[in-house]
Amino acid sequence: MSKGRFGEHGGQYIPETLMNEIHKLEDAYEHYKNDPDFVAELDKLNREYAGRPSLLYYAEKMTKSLGGAKIYFKREDLNHTGSHKINNVLGQVLLAKRMGKTRVIAETGAGQHGVATATAAALLDMECEIYMGKEDTIRQALNVYRMELLGAKVHPVESGTKTLKDAVNACMREWTARVDDTLYVLGSVMGPHPFPTIVRDFQSVISKEARAQILEVEGRLPDVVMACVGGGSNAMGSFYEFINDKDVRLIGCEAAGHGVDTDKTAATMAVGTKGIFHGMKSYFCQNEYGQIAPVYSISAGLDYPGVGPEHAYLKDIGRAEYVPVTDEEAVEAFEYIAREEGIIAAIESSHAVAHLMKIAPTMRKDQIIICTLSGRGDKDVAAIARYRGIDLHE
Amino acid sequence: MSRIQKAFENKKAFIGFLTAGDPTLEKTEEFVLEMERAGAALVELGIPFSDPIADGPVIQEANIRSLSAGCTTDKIFDTVASIRKKTEIPLVFLAYLNTLYKYGYDKFCQRCQECGVDGVIIPDLPFEERDELVPIARQYDVDVITMVAPTSKERIRKVVADATGFIYVVSSMGVTGARSEITTDVGEIIETIRSVTKTPTAIGFGINTKEQVSKFSAIADGAIVGSAIVKIIAEYGENAGPELYKYVSDMVSGLGE
Repeated sequence: MSKGRFGEHGGQYIPETLMNEIHKLEDAYEHYKNDPDFVAELDKLNREYAGRPSLLYYAEKMTKSLGGAKIYFKREDLNHTGSHKINNVLGQVLLAKRMGKTRVIAETGAGQHGVATATAAALLDMECEIYMGKEDTIRQALNVYRMELLGAKVHPVESGTKTLKDAVNACMREWTARVDDTLYVLGSVMGPHPFPTIVRDFQSVISKEARAQILEVEGRLPDVVMACVGGGSNAMGSFYEFINDKDVRLIGCEAAGHGVDTDKTAATMAVGTKGIFHGMKSYFCQNEYGQIAPVYSISAGLDYPGVGPEHAYLKDIGRAEYVPVTDEEAVEAFEYIAREEGIIAAIESSHAVAHLMKIAPTMRKDQIIICTLSGRGDKDVAAIARYRGIDLHE
Repeated sequence: MSRIQKAFENKKAFIGFLTAGDPTLEKTEEFVLEMERAGAALVELGIPFSDPIADGPVIQEANIRSLSAGCTTDKIFDTVASIRKKTEIPLVFLAYLNTLYKYGYDKFCQRCQECGVDGVIIPDLPFEERDELVPIARQYDVDVITMVAPTSKERIRKVVADATGFIYVVSSMGVTGARSEITTDVGEIIETIRSVTKTPTAIGFGINTKEQVSKFSAIADGAIVGSAIVKIIAEYGENAGPELYKYVSDMVSGLGE
């Protein structure tokens, strides 16, 4: 069995053509993650460019109106480029540069990872090409233009369901064709080893900060840490430093679409089974013959038929729980947090907010929840308006 | 001696690929027999997958046609069993690992043996992960075909050391599909392989002309053509049989001694 396992999950299920390159990436990462210059440069970028540390914000109004646990939001939506994705891309693009690469490619669903990658590539002088499902280029047209403004070339992917998984397929195919000068900057804690580990490490800055911040303001650890889960990068980053704190409940909120009992869903943990896809063993939405299911969610960023292998492992050992949240619940949460706290959160993050609204009232007032707001929702405003029957286009 | 070994015995092998169930499984049976009649030494049957990440657009579309027509792994096994009654040509599946994993490695390999499938080519099963399948496949005399890529370099010796059946040498970077020019120094790769193992080699990815078949079968023990065949099936559909016979005959005539 190869390295990079989380229980039985993970691994390196990719074509032979990529194996030497993936080993080079492993070696480079192992080296640079402990290299003082690399660590210092990344830290500087995080502070002076991305705007870290992100705020841990006490949502007093929501706490009062929900009438239960104290609610804190970890504000990744306030990062440069508007989401947690910047944490990972600064690390990976910097790593690519150290490896002597001149070009990065990336997949994107909602466009947040694409925008973040294009941003890091612009800053660090790398050529950048983004693969995005044709459907998503329509759902998130503004982000396409944003990436182009940043100097990236955006390829709409016409194959399959024309969404995130097809963008990953296209990116893997492109990387197989051209590895010498190119790094595939994977956007989530998924894919072949070492990506799930690299992305988790770069994203774990979220929980590292949140843990220190809550200890400072509350003098104790939270009772619940929660985040939305598509591939699972913001959730993994939010959970990681709390995994050894056994009394902290970790909750991942996945996209149920129209509901887990319909075929319009992307709730992998609820309806998926074990499989091997996109380079990893994990849970996937698939049929009895292993054909990957066309998944659905109102959120382009959660519209993915799999989940990162470390999440699959945390589920298997019972360390984290995963709950499905429907489109309708997420949209209501999107509207609620806007009205209540004056925060327009991404529709992805709104899935976590929706579940928060269910559990906070059931908890005691001396209990604490930290919910990660993975991104801001400006990109979603038009889609939410249309969901509510208002004919609004960007 | 296995059927695959026989296919390479004292001759160069032409290997044809088609996606099972494209356009129907009845036609798959006919097409395999036509390719054999035209001189193919071995046929690769692609099990269609929703997300074939190692394949270019031509084979991606064939996968969609096949799946849309209702093709499944079980139906393919039935078709292979029926083909096996009519011919001894070696048959090898090209499948993505999830197809086998979900079916159950043991059950899948057992069905291969029962139906007369001689080997499997798994593009997303590199050397590092082979141990989860190879011991099971061996129990049922199914060869797990080793792939070598232009980027394999110092890995070659390690990955081919215990190769069985034949070794699939990927001629080009990227995914399957016809190419006008192949620039990889496959000669050097084949030389390295031959210094380690006697297992025969076949070159694939991008080959679509008789000239390429001549050139690569002179270097290796066989040449593999996939997308060009699938393209004919895409164009002629149910009536592709005679066209396949013509095309494969022409390619086979390009084989060296």
